[in-house]
Amino acid sequence: MIDLLQQALIKNGLLAAFAVVGGLIWFSYFLSDRFTHGRIHGSAIAVFAGLVLAYVGGVVMGGKNGIADVPIFAGIGLLGGAMLRDFAIVATAYGASFDDLKKSGLPVVIALFAGVVVSFVCGAAVAAAFGYRDAVSIATIGAGAVTYIVGPVTGAALGATSEVMALSIAAGLIKAILVMIATPLIAKSIGLDNPHTAMIYGGTLGTNSGVAAGLAATDPKLVPYGVMAATFYTGLGCLLGPSVLYLATRFIFPL
Amino acid sequence: MVIYGVALLALCSLVGLVIGEALGALLGVKANVGGVGFAMVLLIFITGWLGRRGRFKPLSSGGIAFWSGMYIPIVVAMAAQQNVVGAIKGGPLAFLAGTLGVVLSFAMVPLIARIGRPKREEKP
Repeated sequence: MIDLLQQALIKNGLLAAFAVVGGLIWFSYFLSDRFTHGRIHGSAIAVFAGLVLAYVGGVVMGGKNGIADVPIFAGIGLLGGAMLRDFAIVATAYGASFDDLKKSGLPVVIALFAGVVVSFVCGAAVAAAFGYRDAVSIATIGAGAVTYIVGPVTGAALGATSEVMALSIAAGLIKAILVMIATPLIAKSIGLDNPHTAMIYGGTLGTNSGVAAGLAATDPKLVPYGVMAATFYTGLGCLLGPSVLYLATRFIFPL
Repeated sequence: MVIYGVALLALCSLVGLVIGEALGALLGVKANVGGVGFAMVLLIFITGWLGRRGRFKPLSSGGIAFWSGMYIPIVVAMAAQQNVVGAIKGGPLAFLAGTLGVVLSFAMVPLIARIGRPKREEKP
């Protein structure tokens, strides 16, 4: 019986992955609702849970692909693999419009660039301070400090090691969670009470789930403004990370 | 039809990734340079253009919206296959890298918001 079930899960790996990830996300949103009153966004908890699963998979199987090394969870490797990942990330750009961005004008563009570059430099500086000397690893960790999507996208494009990728995602996760928790607390002191500042905030911080949850906990009316600006952040990061920022990094660390 | 949206999304992704590969080769970088970003820009422009002409039906956009909605689950699945055991050995690095950027970013918000702020109506 157990053998039968195991065979079915292995043969239909992608379906098993849908079911497992769906259940994981449901549970994460339940925890988010019940224990944090939505302050820590369900998606952040889910991604964190994913990292925990990866840890468990790594300890149990001793491999490098986290839970995907366990045969019945191999489908997770396909679901979260490069092809579907890039596909879904491109899809998130749908609905964003250049006209809306134009309306808020130059400051949001400045915020987007400043946010991406400053976060990248902070992440890269910390990576260098911790002894990394190759441009690929430094840029990947720097990109992870931008968002937990820009990190792996950059890392995948540059061919970073899985270990550096995980560090990079972890940095992005810490950023997302911190933004969610800190936003409602410091909203007043940064003047976050109007659409204009909300767009600047979304453009500067940029981590999608962090901004959405942070603004929802501050003033739900501001959510669309911040998220609109933030929509461009990950895209800009994906554009700059593996290109200009990586080249700049390689200029300083020519390895 | 739903497939039109999915096909358009796939086409934009492929074209973007090819541009990224080509740019990488051109720059002599062994990397896909900004492919995902180019694909996004392409998608925004094409769907915007089709939308203005009323040629993009809701069902077609449903094909894109579905995959947009799948991005969190896909990111979760991606997280679940990372080498976390290896990363944990680097502990404080991830924490510092994440935190430093957020602190500076928060500090920048009021400074950047001062640029081009719409005329403020004085509250009574």
